[in-house]
Amino acid sequence: MAGSNPNAKPMDLTLKIWRQKDRNTAGQLVTYTLKNISPDMSFLEMLDVLNEELLVRGEEPVAFDHDCREGICGMCSLFINGRAHGPERGTTTCQLHMRHFNHGDTITIEPWRAAAFPVHKDLIVDRSAFDRIQQAGGYVSVNTGGVPDANEIPIPKTIADKAFDAATCIGCGACVAACKNASAMLFVSAKVSQLAMLPQGKVEAKTRVENMVAQMDVEGFGACSNTGACAAECPVGISLDNIAMLNREYLGAKASSENV
Amino acid sequence: MNWFTKTFSSTIGRKIIMSITGLFLCSFLVVHLIGNLTLFKGDDGVTFNLYSHFMANNPIIRTMEIVLVLGFVFHIYDALVLTRRNKAARPVGYAENHPQENSTWSSRNMGLLGTVILVFLIIHLWNFFVPARFGAAGGLEGVVIENVDYDNLYLKVVQSFQIWWYVLIYVISMIALAYHLIHGFQSAFQSLGLTHKKYTPFIKTFGVVFSIAVCFGFAIIPIYFFFAA
Repeated sequence: MAGSNPNAKPMDLTLKIWRQKDRNTAGQLVTYTLKNISPDMSFLEMLDVLNEELLVRGEEPVAFDHDCREGICGMCSLFINGRAHGPERGTTTCQLHMRHFNHGDTITIEPWRAAAFPVHKDLIVDRSAFDRIQQAGGYVSVNTGGVPDANEIPIPKTIADKAFDAATCIGCGACVAACKNASAMLFVSAKVSQLAMLPQGKVEAKTRVENMVAQMDVEGFGACSNTGACAAECPVGISLDNIAMLNREYLGAKASSENV
Repeated sequence: MNWFTKTFSSTIGRKIIMSITGLFLCSFLVVHLIGNLTLFKGDDGVTFNLYSHFMANNPIIRTMEIVLVLGFVFHIYDALVLTRRNKAARPVGYAENHPQENSTWSSRNMGLLGTVILVFLIIHLWNFFVPARFGAAGGLEGVVIENVDYDNLYLKVVQSFQIWWYVLIYVISMIALAYHLIHGFQSAFQSLGLTHKKYTPFIKTFGVVFSIAVCFGFAIIPIYFFFAA
């Protein structure tokens, strides 16, 4: 295979995977063994191989979320060996490769654990709580009409860069999964500060932060203990500065908004 | 609920209360430590007894005492509410979890450290504050300084710290307090949104130095009196 490491030897693995029939049935870790896994495979390809074997054996394949497999869509998840998106920093599960594991390893694979992210089936959790938080204010209202000219509104480069960094959040939920409190603060802070920094977003900034934080609390996420676990495990490196900005925006909005 | 109670019963609002009360309690620690340093004056407790008499009777101090109690109450109450909420946010835990890869031990165990400090606080108040302030729990012996009668709190300090396990409780509690503050001090600024790349590195360093210095200052008192006896 072109581009593969000629020294890389196929590996045998033991997998402990969370299997759960549906939301209302209790689940458990089930052990599987896999042989001859190429170190060049991605983690999800390794699971694809397992699922093919399960299908051949007439067993139910393991359900897991995935879409682009390029690290940009935020669909993949998985708590691998006690870490969100596995052991590599700044990496989504789909971009994690088997070369980071060794022959003979036992790999534990669990779904995100949070009351706000109920398990749908096996490794798939329902992340629609994030959608509802976004719907509460994570947008900019614009009138329809002609497309505005590019650079019509001047935005300083430093601000544009910071807003862009916040906008790189892919909404995967690793922050919630890694947080000891299952807090969604990093996600919400990225969405709030991205828009709060830009002139287009400032128009609705106060109502946005009030509504998004209220929805975050309604969904049952925990509070922020400032452990920093979220930012450490975030595959796109969203910074804790966003949480400080969220706190600032929230307090400012509560003190001065027209919403009594 | 009106906007005010809504704000301070939200998760962020409660964290704001935690940080304001936490920083206020830090300022109390500074005042308390400076006052306690009179124990080292070497005048058989004359200065310390006059100082403790002032603290127990000055109207401004007595008012601040109520504010201080409220600071503790709000800090502890919100900690309980948030901890309950945080536990409920993850009803099913992970079979395998390695949080040490992404966060410090003290940041994940603020509740445990806080509980140690609370137990210490109760012991500490029962031993010194209750006899000094209310004359209860055995009361205090008297001492005459310049023909005026005072409570001899200094004698109580000297006697208390001759007990080895009492000294040990104090030292362990101050270590717990140091870890609580090392995370808590900088965390308070983060919760209040007071971060800036010019100042945050200083706040973080200052927080660590402050935590260790203050807790060392408190811990050295029982150790000194134990070995001086």
